Amino acid sequence: MKHALLFSVFIVASCGLAYELIAGALASYLLGDSVTQFSTVIGSYLFAMGIGSWLSRYVEQHLVARFIQVELIVGVIGGLSATGLFFIFAWSPAPFKLALYLSVSGIGVLVGLEIPLIMRILKSDLAFKDLVSQVLTFDYLGALAVSILFPVLLVPHLGLMRSGLLFGLLNVAVALWAWWLFREQLRHFRWLLTQGATAMLGLLLAFIAAGELTSLAEANLYADEIVHAESTPYQRIVITRWKDDLRLHLNNNLQFSSRDEYRYHEALVHPGLATLPAARRVLVLGGGDGLALREILKYPQVESVTLVDLDPAMTRLFASAPLLRKLNDDALHSPRVQVVNADALQWLEDNDELFDFVVVDFPDPSNFAIGKLYSSAFYRLLEKHLAGDALAVIQSTSPLYARQSFWCIVNTIESVGLVATPYHALVPSFGEWGFVLAGRRAYRPPLAYSVDTRFLTPATTPTLFLFAKDMARVDAEVNRLNSQVLVRYFENEWRQVIR
Amino acid sequence: MDRRRFLGSVAAAGAASLTGCDGARPPLPPGELLGTSLATGHRLRDRQLATPGETREVPVLIVGAGIGGLAAGWKLARSGFADFLLLELEDEVGGNARAGRNAVSAYPWGAHYLPLPTREATAVRELLAELGVLQGDPRALQPEYDERYLCATPQERLYRDGRWHEGIVPQAGGAAERAQYARFFAQMEAFRHRRDSAGRRAFALPMALSSRDADLLALDTISMRDWLLAQGFTSPELHWYVNYACRDDYGSNSATVSAWAGIHYFACRDGEARNASSDTVLTAPAGNAWLAAGMRRSIDERVGERSLTGALAFRVAPADDRQPAGKLAIDVWLADEGRTLRVFAEQLIWAAPLFLVPYVFIGEPALHAAARAYSYAPWLVANLTLSRFPKDRHGAPAAWDNVLYDGSGLGYVVATHQQMRLWPGATVLTWYRAFDDFSPPLGRAALRDTTRAAWAEQILAELERPHANIRQLTTRLDVFRNGHAMARPVPGLITGAARQQFTVDRRRLLFAHADVSGFSLFEEAQYRGVLAAERTLRRLDVPFETSLE
Repeated sequence: MKHALLFSVFIVASCGLAYELIAGALASYLLGDSVTQFSTVIGSYLFAMGIGSWLSRYVEQHLVARFIQVELIVGVIGGLSATGLFFIFAWSPAPFKLALYLSVSGIGVLVGLEIPLIMRILKSDLAFKDLVSQVLTFDYLGALAVSILFPVLLVPHLGLMRSGLLFGLLNVAVALWAWWLFREQLRHFRWLLTQGATAMLGLLLAFIAAGELTSLAEANLYADEIVHAESTPYQRIVITRWKDDLRLHLNNNLQFSSRDEYRYHEALVHPGLATLPAARRVLVLGGGDGLALREILKYPQVESVTLVDLDPAMTRLFASAPLLRKLNDDALHSPRVQVVNADALQWLEDNDELFDFVVVDFPDPSNFAIGKLYSSAFYRLLEKHLAGDALAVIQSTSPLYARQSFWCIVNTIESVGLVATPYHALVPSFGEWGFVLAGRRAYRPPLAYSVDTRFLTPATTPTLFLFAKDMARVDAEVNRLNSQVLVRYFENEWRQVIR
Repeated sequence: MDRRRFLGSVAAAGAASLTGCDGARPPLPPGELLGTSLATGHRLRDRQLATPGETREVPVLIVGAGIGGLAAGWKLARSGFADFLLLELEDEVGGNARAGRNAVSAYPWGAHYLPLPTREATAVRELLAELGVLQGDPRALQPEYDERYLCATPQERLYRDGRWHEGIVPQAGGAAERAQYARFFAQMEAFRHRRDSAGRRAFALPMALSSRDADLLALDTISMRDWLLAQGFTSPELHWYVNYACRDDYGSNSATVSAWAGIHYFACRDGEARNASSDTVLTAPAGNAWLAAGMRRSIDERVGERSLTGALAFRVAPADDRQPAGKLAIDVWLADEGRTLRVFAEQLIWAAPLFLVPYVFIGEPALHAAARAYSYAPWLVANLTLSRFPKDRHGAPAAWDNVLYDGSGLGYVVATHQQMRLWPGATVLTWYRAFDDFSPPLGRAALRDTTRAAWAEQILAELERPHANIRQLTTRLDVFRNGHAMARPVPGLITGAARQQFTVDRRRLLFAHADVSGFSLFEEAQYRGVLAAERTLRRLDVPFETSLE
């Protein structure tokens, strides 16, 4: 009996620490700033344990039954805490912090009750000095075991949700074990068994379903109704809709919102193309959604547009779904457009065609593979495809959130002998966004737009080329293949923005 | 891995491939077992070749079209001298810098990079300038290099304890060990900057230009490992790192390689670039084959096609017992045509490995003895073609050179690393293995007797640790074995008399192979080739501008 209870101290202590680690890890994962999250979670948890210990004095009778019930409640609340919090965050980030601290405090209070109750149950079997020594020894041993297992085994193999559920199951198992040990002293012993069995069953089911629950929660990370979802060899394409707002997400990254994409695509295309009345051949790298195409096709002098997008599923989707065809004005069906499904870089290396205007719309430089597409070597390759007076426009991440990254791109374009003209536009769903025009001679903004626009006017266009103090040019190195400084700048800068 | 475990794993792999009962795993990918021309080479050993009837005359004959022979031909051609013939036993030129190619990429079958050339490597700089890779003044302290050849970031990573780490220098645990690292690198830095009273660098590259100070030459009397221990370096991580460097460059471990050669690796390189850090290397998907191809193209463009492949020089006779008087007679087996030919040459540049000397040179007992003083490291290269880059363990992202801390091999190089792609797709990984865990003859026996299936199984099992799904993605696995890949710079070779036999400026015969330097580096082979060409031109009174000053 004594050894069994001491072993349960070990389990109970493990579970207690595990819930605290799970809450801390989940908060850091979802909110960022792990130092703050861990400090506040651990602090409130320990404080709540103090409250629990203090409250234990009010438990006067039926110690064993109360202990069993405490274990069951801790098991259920603690076990489901990670899953629940994840769902709450996916549903709305606003009440997440409240829910987090409520659950941390609740679990803390219950865990605080456990050790005093066990000590009182064991009081009759042990001398006081042995009691304190043995119970606390097992308490700290349990904490040690979990603090090692948690990062090494549990999180990598089970994930946060299942780790939480596993410890919930352990708490319930302790309760059932205690029920078996003390079954002859318990009054409502059938009722307690029913409670225990129900908790066990619920947690087991949740544990089994945790895989599906994860993807369900991720689906809820998209606030809106998913109208199309597709996994291709290259990416996961998700289209969501809320009222008249269509959104494209690639690998969970927002690509556009139909409410303000016109700002992005007008800013991407017109400042450059409107100054090239003789532009006949246009190249678009990336941009399989056809939205940049829609803007380019407004110019009657453009005779042919080559769109190189890797993923045939993207161009097929935006050429076939009625809502999306409406959005891009059926650009992918234009007789002037030639769609090439190939790797844009390989295509550039294998072709020697010249173009009057080139749109380079690649993903942000978040890893070394994509960082190469913003290197001096890439701009040298791009330069070979520019006709005499041609311009290229390059999506260049945010000059506000990733200021040094933006100016690094400008520097790199200049390092290969091209004239770089940086500008920016506000796209509400992205924030302040940056572009760079690259050509062989000085650029002047257009004095008039011959095509319809919703965002740009000749009068306001020059302001896009002015950079406020917080976006003004900063020193940055040239991004070379053999240094890849841009990826490091970008990582540092976005790490400070995303929380 | 020790020998018993190696043989055990080979046997197990053989059994698995025989019975095919290894149900859970996908079948081994197809591929070929390639190698240096064993059959033709062994004809030489067994002396099964007929005396030729047909003869031909050529003023200069170069035997061996690896880097040394190509460099000799390159220098001759650059000096406007066209009267030479370049013989190569294999089907193509390049020696240890050959490459293969498939639909995915070119990939090396041997040497795969060139560090930024040192200040004294003037001939290497001249070649790189001719190929357009070194831009501007070839003698500039910090030249600019074509960025397509500068190894892209990240250059190296190390897999240890289930995680990838940036760089290949393993992190040491305690402060005392870190202090050892700092002291080691400081000592190497001091060696790098040290010059003797004559102004020669302590460890130059080419090595022939190194200082001859007694305390430096004394380093050739002990092994690198013993030197480390004598200096109080005990950190296991540091020993691993130094041992890795020896295995990678010399095919032998730090207990075998002399301290002079071991330190040379760390202290000789002082190349700089205007647009790259000094530890950047020059590389290409095909490894160093682009350098071999560049020299060959240069020869072809200046003086026309001069190389003859599939040609084995199997007998070199002394100058005075043959007609026409004063020339050397070289008997050549033309493998494709199945006939022999006698070439009379005024000058012979022997740019093939020196271990062949005893089988070929008649009446040269001193040369035979000197050549027998050399020992050679076997070497294995495997190229794995993958439909895409495999799943990776946590840590540093994929680099050009990827090393496994406790791997039997030296790790792998990614042939497509220099590519710019939106979506990095199919790739080729080049895996290298030294045989430093065997004596050279046993290593050669293992090379000879191990099937491709056994190699494939061993390589995939090793790479499966960081890349769980590599078996599923590998569409082809070719293995290339080389029994005598490189000379081993064991203590005494660098400073000993045997090597000096081959550096002598003989009247009709010059040796031009990295073996003459004692270790297999591009810079050494090219230096020996250019030096032999310049000595030859001098003998023939052909004016030229030296590349070596």
